[in-house]
Amino acid sequence: MSVGAPSRRDALAGGALVVAFSMTGHARAQEARGPQKTVPPALPGSLKTTPWLDAWIRVDVTGQITVFTGKAELGQGIKTALIQIAAEELDVPPQSLRLITADTGQTPNEGFTAGSHSMQDSGTAILNAAANVRMILGQAAARRLGVAADLLATTGEGRFKAPDGRLAGYGELAAGLSLHVEAQPNAPLRSRQGGKLMGQDYPRVDIPAKVTGGQAYVQDLRLPGMLHARVVRGPSFGTELTGPDFAAAQAMPGVVAVARNGRFAAVIAEREWTAVQALQRLQQAAWRRTAPPLPEGRPEAGLSGASQDQVIFDKPGGAGGAKTVKARYSRPWLMHAAVGPSCAVALLRNGQMTVWTHSQGVYPLRGALAQLLRMPPDKVRCIHVEGSGCYGHNGADDVAADAALAALAVPGRPVRMQWMREQEHGWEPLGCVQVGEAEASLDASGRIAHFRYEVWSHSHNGRPMTAGGLVAGAEVDPPFPPQVPRPIPMPEGGGDRNAIPIYAVPAGRVVSHFVRDAPLRASALRSLGAHLNIFAIECFMDELAKAAGADPVAFRLAHLDDPRARDVVSRCAEAFGWAARRPSDGRRGAGFAFARYKNLASYCAVALEVEVEHETGAVKVGRVTAAVDAGEAVNPNGLQNQIEGGIVQALSWAGLEAVGFDAAHRTSFDWSAYPIARFKDVPRSVAVQVIDRPGLPFLGAGEASQGPASAALANAVADACGARIRDLPLSPERVKGAIGV
Amino acid sequence: MSFVLTINGRDHPVDASPETPLLYVLRDDLRLNGAKFGCGLGQCGACTVQVDGKAAYACLLPVAAAAGRRIRTVEGLGTAEAPSPLQKAFMVEQAAQCGYCIAGMIMRAQALLDATPRPTEAEIRAHMQPNLCRCGTHMRILRAIRRAAGLPVEAASA
Ligand code: FES
Ligand code: FES
Repeated sequence: MSVGAPSRRDALAGGALVVAFSMTGHARAQEARGPQKTVPPALPGSLKTTPWLDAWIRVDVTGQITVFTGKAELGQGIKTALIQIAAEELDVPPQSLRLITADTGQTPNEGFTAGSHSMQDSGTAILNAAANVRMILGQAAARRLGVAADLLATTGEGRFKAPDGRLAGYGELAAGLSLHVEAQPNAPLRSRQGGKLMGQDYPRVDIPAKVTGGQAYVQDLRLPGMLHARVVRGPSFGTELTGPDFAAAQAMPGVVAVARNGRFAAVIAEREWTAVQALQRLQQAAWRRTAPPLPEGRPEAGLSGASQDQVIFDKPGGAGGAKTVKARYSRPWLMHAAVGPSCAVALLRNGQMTVWTHSQGVYPLRGALAQLLRMPPDKVRCIHVEGSGCYGHNGADDVAADAALAALAVPGRPVRMQWMREQEHGWEPLGCVQVGEAEASLDASGRIAHFRYEVWSHSHNGRPMTAGGLVAGAEVDPPFPPQVPRPIPMPEGGGDRNAIPIYAVPAGRVVSHFVRDAPLRASALRSLGAHLNIFAIECFMDELAKAAGADPVAFRLAHLDDPRARDVVSRCAEAFGWAARRPSDGRRGAGFAFARYKNLASYCAVALEVEVEHETGAVKVGRVTAAVDAGEAVNPNGLQNQIEGGIVQALSWAGLEAVGFDAAHRTSFDWSAYPIARFKDVPRSVAVQVIDRPGLPFLGAGEASQGPASAALANAVADACGARIRDLPLSPERVKGAIGV
Repeated sequence: MSFVLTINGRDHPVDASPETPLLYVLRDDLRLNGAKFGCGLGQCGACTVQVDGKAAYACLLPVAAAAGRRIRTVEGLGTAEAPSPLQKAFMVEQAAQCGYCIAGMIMRAQALLDATPRPTEAEIRAHMQPNLCRCGTHMRILRAIRRAAGLPVEAASA
């Protein structure tokens, strides 16, 4: 039927519907929260768990369309991409759409905004929900206009047009029907021919406010009567203050309350600076360690504990090749280290707790908060508001809990709680230390005959599912039992994410060792275990290529069957000028690496050049080229932005970063003790080639470049000066030591 | 104590204890969102504003020392509808991910361009060194600064 027929996109230039949207116009909350139900597996994306169309898309009588997503904007541009998808499929101007993001009072429950899942889950759901809505409206238009549905076309501005020119608007059509129906799996998608909106560099909708000082973040919320709070803690996770002088803090002018529950304490003041000063006063107290002492020595010391071992890949045979290569790689503990410390605003009013939060999972957070506050979940509402970029599970959930506990002390008044810099560095969950060990043999022709890999890791998932997953959960009286860390199962995996080589190996074995008890607080950091595993395997591929006397890119291609993988590798090598690169001269060199994230999501290859300063061991990165295939690219510029940012961040991890600690506490408490890349450290240029695959599933790319960029750096350093460094970071001291000057 | 702050060309009376960092007065009393709290330690530049034309950390500057000086925040450059050339360049280059660092980046870059309208690549990087971006938006921020300065947006080779 041609209700789905392509129509001219010149409607994009047309005026937006200017209609005020009434917050009370619909019983949205009840419907969006409707009972979970099992449906046939044919429904794509998050329609599997939330099949009702009106949970995703509402059309009011004026034709105003509101789109709902359970995913959150984290600076990855998801809002813009989802608006493009909905506008494309509904054939309306993108600026006419309203988009509501993660809010337990309004949107579907899509779990966490994490794991590069937003496009697959929510993008796919909204695409198909929009196709369903357009189909249903088209059928209604056919009835109203007395014309066969396949003779109608959409006009690009929210109307259907009959061959004789008569029109029917989405609003009037929607008024006569219910969208509280389940999605059909096969609603036809609009043809993507011509000047489509998907696939274009539509400007990010959030950027104008962010560059002009508009209200953009939870940090910027100013509710009437709002108070300011700071939470009172020891210097880092696993410590507490001993005998802080609460009476003195309470007596400070402007302090409204000191909220206390067990070991939890927060100061609440009329003015923010007063709260900071009260906190500083309380922090004059001594502190002590409450958890077991931290292991001293090498950062991976904690990994020698008892492990749960699992063979995740086993392909027997392929005994004894001509040459055997063996190597061991590691990364230290790493920090998310958001530029803006975590923040939340909470308000208890009429027995209802509302929390504005930059958590990645408003629904799981609501559950954990309800437990912590001992309130029924339906009395707690979590609304996502953007914060500083998080790159995984940072202090966002903890500060939301701190805000809510503080708000209990001052009912009726909103409380804005923000962590101090030292609190973010000291208390946020970290990306854990990991070790990977690889061994392979090559046959006489220089191909891999057998491949063995083993990885040791703590948990990559400490996200709060219960109150015990929140810092405050262990402080309140009675305390909640801590969550027991569990591995994330394959195929996505946690510590073993990307531990199975993507390359064609005739025989091999991969073992995942999960070490449950971690000395430091561990949780999800962008790309989880894939970072170390890709680093290890991609460095190892270079070591194997060297043993085989082969070019690193040619060696990879010789072991890659998947045509999309081959395309990405070839395109990156070509754009970089790999074949014609200058041979290394002891100082300058080039490195290459490739991975398919989780072995099932986006493909990404990175090539880069470095210059190593022998006197200092400093590594300067010059030109960086990447290629990415993330399926259909809804917004290529947004995709490039994610890949570029991932590369720059991963080069910072790989070149500079390691969380320091002694027996008593973390010692990386600010930016001087935990340096990250600054302008003089970042590459000269980064160029990203997007391989668009129109019509193919969205793969998500937020984490695709972390591993490849890190490995490409180590490979380039090895190429430049012969120093093969297998332990991250490639700090100047380490590079200098490896060169031996 | 009462002070008069000259912000974006207008005088604002404020009441605060003299040691209060300017940042809290800008954000909480004057309801300006641009300058952000990042560290309060002079290590990240999220709070960068211009004071008498120079980039300064609002998190370290006591309000008493800010009184009587010309303070400029990102709100003083332009608006979403009528952005300044530098703001416009950030939009054209889509130079933000989370964007939390961006207002500070713009204010530090503006101070450079005010003093040195056509800076070299090395000057740009050295000048921007105090400001952190954890999202890795550096390449786009550099492009936006070059664009606003009328330089080729691609990096000159080192
Ligand atoms: S907040 Fe002022 S320098 Fe970090
Ligand atoms: S854009 Fe997120 S910190 Fe710079």
